[in-house]
Amino acid sequence: MTDISLSEPSALTARVETARKAGAGDFRFRMMALAAALAVLAIFAGVIVSLIFGSMPAFKEFGFGFITTEVWSPTRERFGALAPIYGTLVTSLIAMIIAVPVGIGIAIFLTDLCPRLLRRPIGIAVELLAGIPSIIYGIWGFFVFAPWFQLHVQEPVATAVADIPVLGTLFGGVTFGIGTFTAGLILSIMILPFISAVTRDVLETVPSVLKEASYGLGATSWEVMWKVCLPFCQTGVVGGAMLALGRALGETMAVTFVIGNAHKIAPSLFAPGTSISASIANEFTEATGDLYRSALIELGLLLFVITFIVLACAQLMLRQMEKGKGK
Amino acid sequence: MAAIASRTSQMLYFRRRLANTVFIVLSTCAAIFGLVWLTFILGGLLIDGVSALSPTLFTEITPPPGSKGGLANAIGGSILMSVIAVLIGTPIGLFAGTYLAEYARHGRLAFVVRFVNDILLSAPSIVIGLFVYELVVVRMGHFSGWAGAAALAIIVIPVVVRTTENMLLLVPNGLREAASALGAPQNFVIKLVTWKAARAGIITGILLAVARISGETAPLLFTALGNSGWSWDANAMNQPMASLPAVIYTFATGPYEDQHALAWAGALLITATVLVLSILARLLENKKRT
Repeated sequence: MTDISLSEPSALTARVETARKAGAGDFRFRMMALAAALAVLAIFAGVIVSLIFGSMPAFKEFGFGFITTEVWSPTRERFGALAPIYGTLVTSLIAMIIAVPVGIGIAIFLTDLCPRLLRRPIGIAVELLAGIPSIIYGIWGFFVFAPWFQLHVQEPVATAVADIPVLGTLFGGVTFGIGTFTAGLILSIMILPFISAVTRDVLETVPSVLKEASYGLGATSWEVMWKVCLPFCQTGVVGGAMLALGRALGETMAVTFVIGNAHKIAPSLFAPGTSISASIANEFTEATGDLYRSALIELGLLLFVITFIVLACAQLMLRQMEKGKGK
Repeated sequence: MAAIASRTSQMLYFRRRLANTVFIVLSTCAAIFGLVWLTFILGGLLIDGVSALSPTLFTEITPPPGSKGGLANAIGGSILMSVIAVLIGTPIGLFAGTYLAEYARHGRLAFVVRFVNDILLSAPSIVIGLFVYELVVVRMGHFSGWAGAAALAIIVIPVVVRTTENMLLLVPNGLREAASALGAPQNFVIKLVTWKAARAGIITGILLAVARISGETAPLLFTALGNSGWSWDANAMNQPMASLPAVIYTFATGPYEDQHALAWAGALLITATVLVLSILARLLENKKRT
């Protein structure tokens, strides 16, 4: 090296120049990557800051009472978030009660029971359910499912339980097809693929030695699944379910179509209600006055905080699961 | 004694067999349940959508209540906003994913970015709409195509970041080491070796992002709003802009039969787009594996 540079100083400067250029290009590239990564953080921070900023007028006016009052009256400029919060929580709860067992069932079917030939097509079909945009679920739920559901399920059920004390209140009353329960059902179909996809992935991490050992001891498929596989990937399954819950809480269009958009908490699950996301989607562009708009933004902030907590828990659990896999 | 013991063990055997059968039947039912819904939804969509399809969908603009028309302005608006969103979102997502996989794999900043990105990936899209409303619409003073494209770009970024990182992590380290050993600076290693090796996967990610935004409705409602006319001039993006999902929402919730039919046709178009994109993405992924 030194030889060349001593004999040809111009070659050395050329080399130094090339190396310097490459170094500068390297630095620029690295900074661009860093800037893009920071942009992701900036978007997140921007969302929180702008929501807090936008909800200040409503917060100043109503304080924490916003969360505990049911009244929602644009004409009198009184706003309370209780009915939307109730609707969001109840629809998500209904969705989880249905989708968690069914989703896990599908995952078990796909990993252990399904004939090899059908495994891929059925897996793909279930994943297609996940790809269908929520507005499609909405329009289908509104025009096809709700009328059918009213005629064939709600009316017979409402008549049957009319005189039974608790059930009569929960499932009684006049039926419309659309309502809180219908929204929960549609949501459950939407989050089903998320749960089954995550569960299937974590079930595949169970070492086959574990399964073979249990089968070798004479355990049935059910015992292997229930006592060996599911305990092994508990964290992952719970994480997947929470991920789905995060989706359900924030789901907008499908719910907006079928929930009925009534700002009140009705005792019957068949009655129309509203959810946080549905209220925003429905009223935001028509909201006149700063206070009305600000109240809707505060609803958005509440939704973001709730989903953040749920999704953060889900992420941490799935991370933990992944770490365990490395061991 | 022996007889009783054998009786109990038989009972136990019978119970375990029964539990197992019930378990198998229930899981199979769960799978059938999922498939039945898929058939119902796609079937309903085909029945109502196909009957509403016609060539005028692509040539005429959205009609006022009570008359016939098409969806041309909505389709155009959707395509334009999606293209701009992808053009903005992809480079940012690509570079951020590269940062996570190539520069700071185990760093603390990378941990935070990864965490925040995964939250953004599943965050309610309507909140993104509110954010862009505050950021762009309030500043500009009116709804616009740019605001819609910005909201969609924010949805594109996390999808691209996640897939880019995952795909780059699959690239064997030997490739990077070989390139570095030949004296290539790190940006050359990334641009010429790792990005190339992960190309199919990164394109898959972009396709999935396009599939995701082509049906997004909530963030467009208060950013692009909608526009019942056409305005294909240089100023188009500065005005409210029609989009397919927003038109479906307004038409489907309205009382007019003609508009319901158009909403179904639009729903069919969106679903077909999303399915084609997901299948393309899947094919690309499989091609890479073999």
